[in-house]
Parts: sequence; structure tokens; C-alpha cells
Amino acid sequence: MSIDISQFHDVFFEESFEGLDAMESGLLNLSVGAADVDAINTIFRAAHSIKGGAGTFGFMDVSTFTHVMETMLDEMRNGEREVSAESTNLLLDAVDVLREMLTAVQQKVETDDARIADIRQKLEIMMAGELEQQAIEQTLTNDGQSAELDVDKSNAGWRIDFRPHRHLFQTGNDPVRMIRELALLGDLSSEVDDDKLPPFSDLEPEDSYLKWILTLRGDVAESDVMEIFEWVDDDCDLVITPLGADTLKTSIIAEEITANSESEGVIADVDQGEVADVIASTSAPVEIASTIAAQATKAKAPPATAAAASIRVGTDKVDSLVNMVGELVITQSMLSQIGENFTPEMLPLLIDGLAQLERNTREMQEGIMRIRMLPISFAFNRFPRLVHDMTDKMGKKVELKLTGEQTELDKTVMEKIGDPLVHLVRNSLDHGLETPEVRLAAGKDETGTLQLKAFHQGGNIVIEIHDDGAGLNEEKILSKAIEKGLVNEGDVLSPEKIHELIFLPGFSTADAVTDVSGRGVGMDVVRKNITSLGGSVEVFSQRGEGSVFTIRLPLTLAIMDGQTIRVADENYIIPLISIIETLEIKAVDMKHVSGQGELYKLRDEYVPVIRLCSVFNLTPKTTDLEEGLLVIVEGEGQKVGLFIDDLLGQQQVVIKSLETNYRKVVGVSGATILGDGTVALILDVPGVMTLYRDPSLAKMLVNNDRAA
Amino acid sequence: MARILAVDDSASMRQMVAFTLKAAGHTVTDAVDGKQALDIAKTQAFDLVLTDVNMPVMDGLTLTKELRALPAFKFTPILVLTTEAGMDKKQAGRAAGATGWLVKPFNPDQLLATIRKVLG
Repeated sequence: MSIDISQFHDVFFEESFEGLDAMESGLLNLSVGAADVDAINTIFRAAHSIKGGAGTFGFMDVSTFTHVMETMLDEMRNGEREVSAESTNLLLDAVDVLREMLTAVQQKVETDDARIADIRQKLEIMMAGELEQQAIEQTLTNDGQSAELDVDKSNAGWRIDFRPHRHLFQTGNDPVRMIRELALLGDLSSEVDDDKLPPFSDLEPEDSYLKWILTLRGDVAESDVMEIFEWVDDDCDLVITPLGADTLKTSIIAEEITANSESEGVIADVDQGEVADVIASTSAPVEIASTIAAQATKAKAPPATAAAASIRVGTDKVDSLVNMVGELVITQSMLSQIGENFTPEMLPLLIDGLAQLERNTREMQEGIMRIRMLPISFAFNRFPRLVHDMTDKMGKKVELKLTGEQTELDKTVMEKIGDPLVHLVRNSLDHGLETPEVRLAAGKDETGTLQLKAFHQGGNIVIEIHDDGAGLNEEKILSKAIEKGLVNEGDVLSPEKIHELIFLPGFSTADAVTDVSGRGVGMDVVRKNITSLGGSVEVFSQRGEGSVFTIRLPLTLAIMDGQTIRVADENYIIPLISIIETLEIKAVDMKHVSGQGELYKLRDEYVPVIRLCSVFNLTPKTTDLEEGLLVIVEGEGQKVGLFIDDLLGQQQVVIKSLETNYRKVVGVSGATILGDGTVALILDVPGVMTLYRDPSLAKMLVNNDRAA
Repeated sequence: MARILAVDDSASMRQMVAFTLKAAGHTVTDAVDGKQALDIAKTQAFDLVLTDVNMPVMDGLTLTKELRALPAFKFTPILVLTTEAGMDKKQAGRAAGATGWLVKPFNPDQLLATIRKVLG
């Protein structure tokens, strides 16, 4: 039977990446000197599983590389090797390399062979002397295959004297099995010696008393015979003699001899493809050839587009879904019963039934959304390493605290929040937290604290990044902002307003761009990324005491709370999160400014009024502002008023992508289907504002469309 | 066909082993570590146990010892799946009461061939 084991690759990659994460966090927590056996064991086990899986699924490079790591960890585990900062750091590098290797095989792209070889060499140097030992072990691993290489053959056959020890059955072995297998190799005849069989009254039914004298005729290799008895050679007296030979040759553990004498042959035989790589690394011309060959094959196999995404879902979540479907079925059968013989008296029953249906649907919706929810630890788990590496590099001492790691959020949101989080953490480490000397001089503990905290609040997840560093330097920010022309000289700004300046495009406070916080990418990008997820980011800072960055995100991107509005004959949805208030317009508060359109005086500020009719090119029902309503919305930190005809209901809407079904449209983030079956477009508030400022954007798209 | 208890902490190995055995018509129960396997074994009989060695909570050798102590598993074939082919590891398996071993990496055909050996 042939089974396609590639179907298990996804699971293998998934668990290997999890294993790597476990190795990484385990290594980071290893304290130098003291060997914490449990911790090392966990790391060892992860490496061991990756090695075993990689071997099974045919990723020999990964398997061989992991083998070296495993050997080193095994020595640490057995106390033969000290846990030093050096070895830990090298293993961390090896984890990185392994992660790259796995990613490369998963996506079928090139690996950085030089780096792999480099780290592997470093590992081997550290373990110096054990190299040969490994080569032998490697061959032993494959001794199953070595049986194919026959050395000493007996053309006539073998006489096998086989006396199992009395306890043989208790190892789960059965002499009948061995005899049956021997019969498959050639012509077998057997003789039973029952000398040791006790009288029936003394017989222990669970023990083995018999001896067999087996004659196997045929051209059979001794190693094949040995292999059959491999599992029991310690649990029996076994004598194998070539037929026709006069000298008795006992060979109980011929296995080792075979393995040793054939070791070179076995390496060449088993490693096949890998050997090519080995040769390539030792002789340059071959290397070039093999690289070309590799490139040729790579060209044929296109890189796997976005790896098939999968999520692991806890059985409890699935069970509760099954339960809910059960309830839904009950409700459905109840309703169909009511429907069969409906009389007006049954109306209350019908109403009850519908209410139940609504409850079931809502529960199911929530239950299904929960499937996509993952604990934020998936995003947090990279930070221990990041903090370890960065503080090392910068000579700072920082303790990282993670709280609320089990807080769940949508997988898509999780994937997109990773980069902004990294940026904020790097920022805190680089600009916020001070060096030990500076901290001591300021009367603080020399070790700074960086805290990542996640929790749920309403329909949002809140992530806070606290540092007890220097806090934002208001004077520096202000002078920079003036220098960049973002603020006018002489403007008086509150500290909060000054803090907000860091989110403006093109702002960077670093005196010199360090390689730590990256270059060019500022906080404005962080804010933009978070806003595009429907979230917000704020900063609170106290000079000398530290800063807190607070990110608020919707739990999911698939469903949102929307406000249905009516404009002319069309329904639109405005995300509730962007609505500040809705009001009736008083004509006296309107102002017309030439070149800037209409402004509405909202208490002490003026907000531009956008007539959705004109933005979307609809025939307005009325142009009189007093007959409609003004919805004040906020997008990208700016308020505008949207002029609409009417407010309809508020509801949760399921977002359907317009991009996948049609194409990207400026001002619209998606569509949804309303209760009556009609489609309503969901407004993208920042997009509407862009469209209002530059109506040609809409035209441009139309033109492109025509041209296409 | 046979009832097989397959124990491995790696999900991909577990799936591969279970899939292969099921495809060959066996009934498979799987467990993620020795402890879970032992709990299952106390309530159910099996014709064969396949166990990984390195596992959290309870390793494969301890599991083998514990199983051998159960009357229902006194003679049940227990195969150890091991990446360590060194003789001492094999001895350790035997000392724990394992019937035999299968060296990783193995492919589905090798797995089935080994199983045929013990099941007949």
C-alpha cells in the first residue's frame, strides 16, 4: 500500500514551529550554570520531535541539522556539558536557522546554505571530537537498511538452534512469529526439543520450555536471519551455523560487526541526495553545478503561494458548536411543526419560536467567531527573544513582563498587529528605557521594566505597552516639530497635544537613527496600520517615570457594529466605532467658505460638511441641510460631518469584501447584506474624506475601469 | 483486524501512524503521552501498543513498564518507536518489557511490515 505522507506536512510544520517557539523560550529562560533538567528536557524533546518528524517526512537537511543540536542538548541534559551563555546563544542561533530552513522547505524556496553551514560548523566545533561518533550513530540509525548489503552468505542455508528463555512470552514475543518469518526466507524444516518440558503438574502456562532446531535451506544472508531474532537475542540461546560448515560459528551479535564494516557504504547508500550537498561543500566546481541544478529545479517548482492557513481549535469550542447546532435543529423542527397546521391562535407560539431562533443564531454566530480567536500569546511570544537580543546589543537591563497572554482575538487581527507591536516594543527599548548608569543616576533600579498587557474591554481588546523609562521629552518633541514645520513657533500646546505629535508623518525623535528602531518607519505608520484595523493607539507619558502606549482593537474584522443610514434611495452602513454624534442642523451654524466648502460650527470648532449625495453622485432628495441629519464622524484624527437623509437601525453586520468580489473602491470598505436581502455598502470614513478632498480619485478609477 | 494503541506527542507522527494503520484496516486509538495512554489502557484491551519514547508527562519506557504490570497487557506486543538506534537504548526498551522497536524515521510501508511481523 502506498500512502502519500505529504498530507501530514502541514501538521508537521505547524508543530515544528510551535516546537521552535518552545525551544526558544526555554533557552531564554535557562539560567547559566545551573542545569535545570526539566527545562532542558523540554527543549531537548522539541528538538527530538522535529528531528524525528523531519526524517519521517523526508526533510533530511532539517533532520541532520537538528541532530547536531539534539546531541548537544542531550549532553546538557545528562550534565556532561555546562549550560553557558555561549552555548545558549549558539543554540538560539541554531533555532533561528532551523526556523528558516523549515520555512524554506515549507514554501519551497532557497535556503541560506552559507548561514546553515556556518551555524552547523559552530555547533560541531563546540562539540569537537564527537563528530566521528555521530557518523557511526548515523549509520546505526539506518541499520534497518543495512540488511540489504550482504557480506557473508551461506549458499546452502543455516542451522538455527533456538531456545527461548522461559520469560520470552512476557516481552510480547512469540517464537511462532520468528519461525513463520524464517519460513518466508527459504525452505524451513523444524525439530522440537522438549527435554526441558516439565511434567504437566509443574507446568507454568505462561512460560516457554521448548527448543527448536531449525534448518533453513536456500541462499540466505546471515544478517537476514539475525534480523528476525533482533528483538529477542537477549531472551534466548541462539546458535546459527552455516549448513555444511564443520566449525560452529556462534554469532549472537553480528549486528555490530555488520554495521561497522559497512558503515561507509551505508552512508553513501542512505543519504543519497544529501551526499550531493556534502560533496558540494567540499569541492567548489561541484558546488556551482549543484547550485545551478538547484536553481533549475526551483524554477520548475513555483514557490507555494501563501501557505495553506489552518487553525487549531480546542475541542471544547467545537463541542459547544455541535451543541448549538443541535439546539438549532430542535428550533427548526418546532417551527416547521407550527407551520404545518398554522392557526391564528398559534401566533404566540410562532413568536416564541422565532425568538428562540434568533437566540440560537446569535449564539452560533458568537461560537463560530470564537473558532477564529487565538490567545494573544501568539503575538507576545516573540518578545522575550527580541528583548533578550536587543538589550544585549544596547547594554541595557530590562525585565519583560507579559500579562493577559490568554486574552483572545481574531487570527487576522493577530497577524496584522504583530509588526506595529514589534515597532512599539523596539521603540520603548530604544528610546524609552535608559542604560543602567542613567537609571542609577536618576535613582531608579538599574533594571528597567517593560510590560505588555492585554485585556478585553467591551467589544475591544486593549494592549498596553508600559515602560518605566525616561518618558517622552516634550521640549525635544516640540522643537523637532517646529523644525519640521508641523507646529508654529510660539504655539502653546498641552503635554498631551505634544505627545500626539509623535504620530505625525515624518516625525522621528531619535538623535541618530539607530539600527534598533529601524529607519524611516515612524509612529505614523504604526498608527496608520492600527487604524486600518479599525483600532486606535494613544500614548500617555510622564517625564522620568515612563510611557504607556495603549492600543485598542476590534475583536474581529469579520463582523462589526454598524449604523444603517439612508442617502437618497440608497442604504449605507457607517461603522459605529467612527461615529461621534448625530445632530440636526441649524442653518445659522453653517458657514460657507470659498474654496473650502461648507463648515458647521460644532460647539467651539468648525467641521467640514460632506454631502454624501455629491460624493457618490446620487440625486439628492433635498439639498436643504435642515431637512436632513449630520453625522459627525472621526477618521485619521480628523472630524467631519456627513450629511445624510435619515438614520435607520443599528445592527451587527457581516463584512463581505468588495475587493475579492469586485474591485477596490475608494470610500467603501466592503458590503453587507441587510435583513431584507438588499446590499448596503459600508463606508470607509477616511476614504470618504479623501474622496471629498479629491473627487478626481473616483473618476480616475472609473476611467481605469473603462480603459481595461 | 487489530486494535492498536498508538502513543506519540507529535501530532504529525500520530496522524501519520493512525492514518497508515487505519488504511490497513486496523482500529486505532491514540494518546499524546504515556499517562494518557495508560489511562486508556486501564479501560480497554489492545492487540498491540506502539509508543514513542521521548514524551512529556510520562515517557514511553515508563509506559511500557506500567503496561506490563497490568494483567491485560502481560503478553501484549509493545513496540517502541525510537530515533535512537544505539544498543543501550534498545536494551533500555527491552529491560522495560518492550517486544521490539521500530527505528525512526520509518515510512508507512516499514511501519506496516513491522506490525505484520508481530500480529501475524
